This record gives sequence, structure tokens and C-alpha cells, in this order.
Amino acid sequence: MKRSTTALAAGILAALPLAAFAEDSSDPIVIPIHNWSSQIVMSNVVGQILEGVGNNVEYVTTDSQAVYESVRLGDVTMELEVWEGAFGASFRAAMEKGGIVDVGDHNAVTREDWWYPMWTKDACPGLPSWEALNDCAAVFATAETGDKGRYLDGPVDWLKHGKERVEALDMDFVVINAGSAAALWAEIGAAEADKKPVVVFNWTPNFAEAVWPGEFVEFPQWVDGCDKDPSVGPNPDALYDCGNPAKGYLKKAAWEGMEAKWPAAYSVLEKISFTNPQIAEMAKFVDVDEMEPEEAAEEWLAANKDVWESWTK
Amino acid sequence: MADTTAISANPPMSRSRLASLLVGLAILVTALQYLGFLPAALHRLPEALVPDFARYLDAFFNFVKDDLGLFALTRWLTGLLQTVLDTTANLLFGKRRWPNLGPIPWTAIAASMAVLGYYLGGWKMAALVAVTFCWTALVGQWKIAMQTMSVLVVAAPTAFIIGLSLGVAAWKSPAFNRALKPVLSVLQTLPFFTYLLPAVIFFKVGPTAGAVATTIYAIPPMILMTTLGLQKVSPEVVEAGHMSGCTKLQLLRHVYLPSARTEILVGVNQVIMLCLAMVVLTAFIGMPGLGAKLLAMMGSFKLGRSFEIGVTIVLLAVTLDRMSKAWVVKQPEHFERGTPWWKRHIALLLGLGAFVVFCIVAQFIEVASEIGRKQSLSVGKELDTGIKWFLNIEWVKATTGFLRAFVNVQILIPFRNFMLSIPTPAFILLITAFALWLGGRRQAITALIFFSLVALSGWWDRSVITLYSVISAVSIAMLLGLPIAILAARTEKWSQRLLLVCDTAQTFPSFVYLIPAIMLFGITDIAVIFSILIFAMVPLIRYTIEGLRTVPPEVIEAAEMSGATRMQKLVNVELPLALPTMAVGFNQAIMFAFFMVIIAAFIGTQDLGQELQRTLAGTDLGKNFVLGICVSLMALTFDLTILKWSSDRKKMLGLEE
Repeated sequence: MKRSTTALAAGILAALPLAAFAEDSSDPIVIPIHNWSSQIVMSNVVGQILEGVGNNVEYVTTDSQAVYESVRLGDVTMELEVWEGAFGASFRAAMEKGGIVDVGDHNAVTREDWWYPMWTKDACPGLPSWEALNDCAAVFATAETGDKGRYLDGPVDWLKHGKERVEALDMDFVVINAGSAAALWAEIGAAEADKKPVVVFNWTPNFAEAVWPGEFVEFPQWVDGCDKDPSVGPNPDALYDCGNPAKGYLKKAAWEGMEAKWPAAYSVLEKISFTNPQIAEMAKFVDVDEMEPEEAAEEWLAANKDVWESWTK
Repeated sequence: MADTTAISANPPMSRSRLASLLVGLAILVTALQYLGFLPAALHRLPEALVPDFARYLDAFFNFVKDDLGLFALTRWLTGLLQTVLDTTANLLFGKRRWPNLGPIPWTAIAASMAVLGYYLGGWKMAALVAVTFCWTALVGQWKIAMQTMSVLVVAAPTAFIIGLSLGVAAWKSPAFNRALKPVLSVLQTLPFFTYLLPAVIFFKVGPTAGAVATTIYAIPPMILMTTLGLQKVSPEVVEAGHMSGCTKLQLLRHVYLPSARTEILVGVNQVIMLCLAMVVLTAFIGMPGLGAKLLAMMGSFKLGRSFEIGVTIVLLAVTLDRMSKAWVVKQPEHFERGTPWWKRHIALLLGLGAFVVFCIVAQFIEVASEIGRKQSLSVGKELDTGIKWFLNIEWVKATTGFLRAFVNVQILIPFRNFMLSIPTPAFILLITAFALWLGGRRQAITALIFFSLVALSGWWDRSVITLYSVISAVSIAMLLGLPIAILAARTEKWSQRLLLVCDTAQTFPSFVYLIPAIMLFGITDIAVIFSILIFAMVPLIRYTIEGLRTVPPEVIEAAEMSGATRMQKLVNVELPLALPTMAVGFNQAIMFAFFMVIIAAFIGTQDLGQELQRTLAGTDLGKNFVLGICVSLMALTFDLTILKWSSDRKKMLGLEE
């Protein structure tokens, strides 16, 4: 494994016009790793690209919300997946305090909303429309919710406003918050055996798409201001009466001091941009093919030279 | 003896009368609430009266952090710690830092550890060590296990040194001891999430914060055991030391510490176990290794692989536990005069030899130095299928369906709603009455103050829900655990087997339970209580067995001679005598439940744990601390009361000196 990394590094070095760079610091660039596969592989991919151009790279496991404070303090150098929906708030808060910079968007778009695995459609054929979902609310009932349906929202700290939407659109659903992403998967996994219909919070790009094919529920389309101005959206008196934006950004962020300390690495980071299929492929290597993240990154780099080689020039 | 009975004959009467009076008052207040006569301000403390503790604390922390320069100091310490951690990281898994020698081949570590195992506990121990290390390597977890170990080999000795020094200081100075005691009690009941956030802020996210949080978590028992051991040293030994003209320091080094060896080593054992307990939790703040991998595996729904990591952690914990226990028992060896040097140090030489041999072998044979993921024997996928198959068996589904429909909807949820409906003052009165009845006046006053503080914190409802989960789980744990323990305690063989199961259940990372709990019961209270239950049953079973097996044989014989049946013997003789010990187990069960209920936030709860989990993502040190203290105060109330009862009872039965 080590040999192939070295070979890869040598290959990249040989391919590069070496003189093009200003001198980067030899201190390690610290890349944070969170607990979902696409982010781990992407971090390894970028890490190996940076190692290829001569930087020292280290990985550190962190919480995906707390990481913005660490980037701000310079303990962590960059963050490769800033999701608009999930981390936008933490990112903006850190931006206000200062110390963190926006290094541009990936080509990929993100979406986070109510979601159901494909088998649910058998019990509720009208899907993906939200009105159809509401009509068959009883199908989603559990022992605790009586005859109302149950919608499993993400952890409270993800601030998904599921309860507000149910009220705004007058839906026959009870919103229960899961405690972690793992809890969401456990529920889907448990429902899979007898194809029990479930509707849960989910997002894309995500490994779950490969394991359980499914669709997002189509709510009234997102209009700017839906979360601030009651008059926007179908219900004139309520906030959150729209679906989430179907095309959220996926950003890169970095520590303020990075550009001065590692100018070359910074310019590579600026050019980096992944697409949805590329991210899905990275996740698949780990989630479906059971590779280790480092191996998955090597594999991806070997197979997609045309994608990333231009970033290092 | 005579006068104590004379004194205590009166107060218990008035104590229990006072307790029933308090309960009556509580019922009255609750009844008023139900009839709608109680003013809202007496039902829950009005928001306006809640002092903003979180903000005061934040201001205080900021003052200490920036103005007093604590931040600069801790960041400087972080630098030092980082250097040490980098060195161990290089040696164990080859991080590119000084001294650039590593990684040491896995075979070399495994072989020399096996020799150490042989030295401490003979062939059996050597085999256990070898199996553990080979398993770790063969399932492809060597590197992540070493990432974990690289931090633990720094954290555990640090905890040992700090604990030992504080323990000695506490023994020397009673005033210091008195000051330290309450701090230790709070530290032992504080939820770990409260350690994590300050660790990140002051010691930088990553292995350094992990090492610091682990160290702090592991220190308290070391201090307690050291003080205990030193206090027990017999005066004759000290006298002998004085007579041979020891200076103070020599006395400590050559007389006190060796005499307290057993207790100190028990402390070491505790340090090791607590360090391993933190492996997964510290992964939230950047500790690399097994914990981080476990969380990543759970995040992508790989039950089998996370289960395997759990097994590795258990094996490591059991091995290190047995090794350190063997060390406790092992007496220092004495050799005859003139024994050659190599004979006296045969184990050391063998270990070194094995180490060097395998280091050389690894240069030529790659498998001996590194086993990659591809050669590994992981059965993650097969385990996944197995777990899913089990969860899909008809009767399992029927049982869980019934439990969910009946226990959850008919019992647990109404019970929770009832607890929430009790007005705050009535609730406090009930707890005070409980403490008065079991413990005494002092315990009652403490309970009153502690729970009033919880009410003042403004997190009352969430605290009550936390308490509800703890009480429900411990009650169910008693219903299930006590009969099992009583049955097993009848024979030595079954006692041993059950205790082994307990050890395993305790060291198995609790996170791994969460997913099956959700798959069985959905995201409901019953899943939360189920996951606490497993954990809370361990001390109940352990102390019940311990209590029953240590009933003096003379007493049992006397009962048999007077013709008691098996049942009569159990109910009238053994259980009453075992009860004080069982109470200690009950107390521990409550402590474990308070620990686990916070982790259960990852299933989805509405209690303090959920709020604590939320603070972890930000920088709300103040709020984080307030929440942690709420948990700690509630846990301490039970701790103080039950332990007082247990020690009173033991004295009464003449079971203690």
C-alpha cells in the first residue's frame, strides 16, 4: 500500500512542471475527517493530491459541526464538505467570528429533505407528491403515533424544521427526532426486511442511495424567503411551508492563514471541484466494495487522472 | 453498642414519620395541581426566575481562559503533549515524525507482549495475549488499534502519576483530602460530554484532546485507591522504617508505597479500564483509532464491522485487565545470592529477544510486518447478514412488537407523563423524603439542596425525563437481573460464567448496542431503556453474586440445622445479609444508568443528553457545564443516600470491622 502511494507520488511529481510553485511550508496540512464515507474518501483523495505536489498531510477525526471552530483557530487547515443545509449555520457563524475563508463551491449540489425507500411506493402509489403522502399517512403509523403517520426527522441540532412544516402544511404526521445519522439508518434497515413503508430525513450525495434506492418527497417548491416571510409559499400565515432547496451548495472552506503558509496547496484547493456522480463513486468504493478509505482514494485517483491532473497545474 | 441503640431507637421513628409527612405534603401539592388549584409558579419555576447560570459561567470561563492566560498555558502544554504523542504514534503506527523508526512490526509487539503475559501469569495469560493481538492483526485492525494505543500509552501513565501524587498528598494532608473528596465525587458522576468540550477548546481537537479527556476521566479511582492503601499500612511496618533511620522521602518510597502495593495496583487496573472505556467517546473530539472507525462504521450502517471493532476493544480490555490483575497477585520474586544476572532477568531477555527476532523477520516477510485490509479475515458482511437474520425471526419480531405496543404505550409513556405532571416542589419533597428515609437528615438536606439547584438551572423537565429513563431502566434491570444472579449464585461454576458475561458486557462499547436496540424497538423510549438496561444489569448481578457468596458459612449452617427450607434460607438468612452489598450494586447500577442515558441521546431522546450532545457541536462551555452539573447533582443524591444506607446496614449486621 505504501509502495503504491510512493509510486503515485513519483508519477505526479514527474508529470509536473516543478518550478511553477512558490515554496509551501513543510508543516503538515491538517485535513479533518468526519463520520460519513464520501467525506472521508474525498479528504483522502485531496490529501493524496496535495502529498503528490509535495505537501505534508495529516488527517484528524473531528465532529462535523465543531470543526468550524477548529478551522477558525488554525488547528485544522481546511474543510472539504460544507453542506448548505447541514452546516451552513455553523459555517456562517464561524465566518462572522473570523479566521475562516470561503474557497468556492464544488460542482456538486446537495439536497436534504423527506425521503422514502422505493418499497414504500407499493403501499402509497401516489408518491412522490406530498399531498399523496399525506393521504396515506395511516400507512406510516406506529404503536406510539396512533392513526397519524410518523416522520423520522434528523437530530434536533440539524435544525430541519420538520415539526414546523407539518403544522404549516397541516399534515397528519407526528415528527420524531432521531439522535444520530446511525439511528436513521437503523430504522430504514429494520423496515427493509418486511418492506415496511417509512418516511425519513435523508440527503444526497449519500451512501444510502446505493444501499436503499429511494426518492425525495416533492413538497411545494422552495422559494427564497420561505423560512423568513410567512406570505411566501402555499400557506400565507406560516413559515417553512416549502420543501428544502433542491440545489444546495457544497462548499470548500479553509483557515485564513492557509493561503500565506501553503500558497501552492491553496491554489490547488481553489480549483478542486467534484460532481455528484464522482462523490457517489467515492462513497461506493467504501460502502459497497468494502475498501479502506486510503485504498478507495488511490483507486479513484488512478481511475480519474483526467479529472484531477489539471487542478495541480 | 448499648448507647448507640438507645440513641437510634428514637430518631428512626421520627425520621420515618417526617418522611411520610413530606410524602403526604407532596401528594397534596400534586393533587392540587390535578384539581387545577395550584398556581403555575408552583408547578414549574417561572422562566423569569431562572438565573442565567450559563452566561455567568461563560463569562467566568472566558475570564480564566483569556485574561488569566489559562489558554496560553494549556496550548503550551498541548505542544509538549503533541511531541510525546507524535513519538508514540511514530513507533506504533508509523506517523512521519521523530524518531522515524516505526511502525514496529505487529509480530514483534505481539511476541514481546506474550512474553510479558507469561511472566505475569503463566502460559494461560501468554495465550490470551497472543490470541488478542493476533485477532486484532488478522481482522485488519492492527493499525487503528495502534492509533488508539499510541494515545493510551501516554494517557494511562500520566493518569497514574497524577493520581498517585494527588493520592499521596491527600493522605498527608487531611485538609487537602477534605477539599478533594467532593471534587472527585463530582468528577465521577459528571457526564463525559462535559469533559469533551473543554478538552477541545483548551487542548486542540485531535489526539491531544483525547489524551487529556481520557487522563482526567481515569484519575479519580487512582487517587482514591492510593489514599486507601496508604491509610491501611500497619504501624509496625512504619515503626520498622523509622528504626532503620529512613528520611521522610525514603519512608514513602521504601515503606509506605511498597506496603500499599496491592491497592495501588488495583488503582492501576481501574485506570486501564477507564482509559479503554473512553476509547469510543473521545472519538468525538478527534481521538483516532478504534473509536473513530467504530463511529464511521455505524454512520454507514455496517453492523458487522462495528461489532468486530467492539470485539477487539473487549479483547484488549479483558487482556489488559487480566494482566494487571495478575500483576496485583504476583509477589516480587527473590533470588538466591549469586544467581547470574541473565537468570534473574530471563523474562526481560526473552521478551527483548523475541522483539528483535521479529523485527528482523519482518524485514523479509511482509505479512509479519503489516497485514492490510485485503489479506484480513474480516467477516463483517457475514455478521451483518447474521444480525439482520436474527432481527427478522418471527418470534423476535412478535416479542418486540408486543413490548412496543404494551410496555411502551401502556406503561412507560404514561409513567413519563405522570412524572412530568408532578409539580417541581412536590418532586423535590419526594426525593428529600426518600433520602431521609434511607439515609438520614444530612442526606435529606443534601437532596433538597441538590434538586433545588437542578430546578434553578432551568432544565427541570429534561432532568425529570433523564431521571425517568434511569428509574425505569434500573427497575427493569432489577426484575431481570436479581433472579438470574440468585440462581447463578447457587453454584461456583455458574457464578464464574455469569461474571465473565458481565465483564464482557461492561467493556463492550455501548455504542454498538444502540443500533440493534433501534432495529428492535424503533426510536422509542423502550429502545433507550433497553440499551441502558444491559449496562445497568452488570453491577446488579455482580454485587448480588458477591453478596450471596460471601454470606458467612456458619450462619448458613445454623439455618440449615434449624431446618430451614431452601427458600426460607434464601429469604430469611442469605438475602438480608447480602442486602448491603447488593445495595452497593444497586447504587452502581444507577450510576451506570446515568452514564448510559447520556449516550442514548444518539438514539433520540428529549432529555439532558440530547442538549449535551447539541452543545458538543458548538462552543457553549457554560451551557455544557450547567447540563453536566444537573446530571451530576441527581446522580450524587442517589449515591450519597444509598451508600449511607448500605454502610449503616452493614454496621448493624456486624459485617464490617
